[in-house]
Amino acid sequence: MPENFPTLRVCALYPDLMNIYADRGNLLVLERRCAWRGIDFELSSSGLGEELDGEAHELFYIGGGQDRDQRLCAEDLIENKRAGLKRAADRDAVVLGVCGGYQLLGHSYILGGEEIEGVGLLDVTTVREVGPRLIGNVAIEVSLGDGYGAPHTEVLAGFENHGGRTHLAGGQAALGRVLAGRGNDGHSRLEGARSHNTIGTYLHGPLLPKNVWFADWLIARALGPQAPPLAPLDDRLEQQTHLSARRAAGV
Amino acid sequence: MSRTMAAKLALARAVGALSRLRGGGATSAPGKVLLRVEPRAIATLASRLKRGSVVISATNGKTTTAAMAAGVLQGASVNLVHNQAGANMAGGIATTLLDAARAHGAIDGELGLFEVDELWLASLAAQLHPRVIVLGNLFRDQLDRYGELDTIAESWERVLAAGEARLVANADDPLIADLAREKDALFFGVEDDTLALAGMAHAADAKHCRRCGAPYVFDAIYLGHLGHYHCPSCGQQRPVPSVTASEVRLEGVRSARFLLRTPSGEAEVSLALPGLYNVYNALAAAALASALEIPIETIAAGLSGTRPAFGRAETVKVSIGATASQPAHARELQILLIKNPAGANEVLRTLALEPGEHDLLGVLNDQIADGRDVSWIWDADFELLAGRVRRFTCSGSRAADLATRLKYAGIDPARIEVREELSGALRDAAQASPQESAPLYALPTYTAMLALRELLVARGEASSAWA
Repeated sequence: MPENFPTLRVCALYPDLMNIYADRGNLLVLERRCAWRGIDFELSSSGLGEELDGEAHELFYIGGGQDRDQRLCAEDLIENKRAGLKRAADRDAVVLGVCGGYQLLGHSYILGGEEIEGVGLLDVTTVREVGPRLIGNVAIEVSLGDGYGAPHTEVLAGFENHGGRTHLAGGQAALGRVLAGRGNDGHSRLEGARSHNTIGTYLHGPLLPKNVWFADWLIARALGPQAPPLAPLDDRLEQQTHLSARRAAGV
Repeated sequence: MSRTMAAKLALARAVGALSRLRGGGATSAPGKVLLRVEPRAIATLASRLKRGSVVISATNGKTTTAAMAAGVLQGASVNLVHNQAGANMAGGIATTLLDAARAHGAIDGELGLFEVDELWLASLAAQLHPRVIVLGNLFRDQLDRYGELDTIAESWERVLAAGEARLVANADDPLIADLAREKDALFFGVEDDTLALAGMAHAADAKHCRRCGAPYVFDAIYLGHLGHYHCPSCGQQRPVPSVTASEVRLEGVRSARFLLRTPSGEAEVSLALPGLYNVYNALAAAALASALEIPIETIAAGLSGTRPAFGRAETVKVSIGATASQPAHARELQILLIKNPAGANEVLRTLALEPGEHDLLGVLNDQIADGRDVSWIWDADFELLAGRVRRFTCSGSRAADLATRLKYAGIDPARIEVREELSGALRDAAQASPQESAPLYALPTYTAMLALRELLVARGEASSAWA
């Protein structure tokens, strides 16, 4: 019954600057999967200099950018969007940060002698250490099981490419356990971070096309517990894509 | 030539011959051996070239630009040493020089013409001491291998600061113009308002002024982030190019025409290559030739005479075995390399100029030379093909990723086929059309293009790329 679904209102933060790894693929997957189910979908953006209304959207997305662009966005995030994002997280909206976006959801990113302040929604800090970037196919095991349709344990597969090493504070949950690849810091075997509906991950760019089960989980979480369950879709091609990404990671 | 140098050349040649015998990729192996025994070989051999060297770097179109420049220069009777097989890192360039080296310190050629990988430009320019450096464009390409565009731009900036080379640069690419502005560069660019796009592509880069950080305002966008732009904050402008293309006419997947202007005059150019991206390649080659003081008639004739480099808009005939519904026949296959969003978008735009529904074979690999990360397909505008696909066969190690991309681009999944293995995919795709006159378009990534050509050579339908 499409009429029972509220509109899914998605806000992309800095879509022209924080989009280095084809982040628009994630937005396209959310949009299409809502459309195929008759769920109204509304995409807006919030750029440099714009205040963010934490009440106006159910899902907030921030992707990855070049260092220089990320710095510009970090300043603006603190100035114009921190309060809105905090409000969004408090009212259980979904906040998804990917790659650079993940780093900005933490407390800080230390880059050379410089400390870039983040919004602090996740209890993590990131440091650019000397040493190679962590690059390659990656697969992680996540347990989201909480009645939103996702199985108890699932695999997210994708690609990571980051210079920063992210460290979780004692009480901060990771998004998942690394099955193959490098993860947050290359040695803890942990990947990403999750606090309720706020999620950060290094699985960059088009993560959702490779893991449509996760796209659906995000849509369901964003629409909230009152919305009816999502109808299944014909996901044969998406299933093959998921398996091809897992195979590339060796899982 | 010293005895030791002669011995080292002979050793590297022997290893190369061995590698060729075994059928291996012999375009860089001998050069790698040579560099191991003689690390200064590139500088030493290049210094034998009487007229010096010129290098061409860009993320897109290096091979085609160099092929066009070769056509022009050969038309001017310049004897070239040219890495035409596209091996464009140190090993490939050393191999090219090794092949041309002769006894007693001689070399078979006057001028070195080298396409150079964008991240190798710094180290190779220091060895080749080029007279001219051509910087074509900087698009997102294989970020897993090369890191951010800013990193490449910074390494290029150091090359330009160090060098004594004349710079030839694309005025329409703000990232390159910002590097070249203070260097007395010879700029080239497109001057044709009828080509301007309605908006910027999703994968567009360099939208912010490098000097003050304000967003550039584009008065016209031609291709990706190439166009006419200015900074409203600090007043930075697109440099005025002295080599231009105007009155551009794009003629589907086969050809393009434009009016070329250089400081020495103007001439009509008719390219046997399609798309605005090849007009840019031609402009880069024309500007290079202009910097070398080649007459404009020779430039126009050389450009018009250039045939496609292998895998770049190359056309071959494939034979199709008899089936219950059709007798055996031959079908035209056009190979259009796609390797990053900017290049893919131009190929897709060019395909969209052809009327009707198309049969396509997309081959997406994720080997190192393709980029292990296939994220980029989500930055390419496959939406341009929505409603224009009769059948799209997806092949390669990441065939399913391509199929999913097409589905989300609005192509009917019933028209999408996934077949990873290439020879079966080619057979299926070629057989799909009921009208044998309609060509099949193959869109392979780099290693997929090599594999496809190898398959066609084995079937006797294409000649060897290295012949």
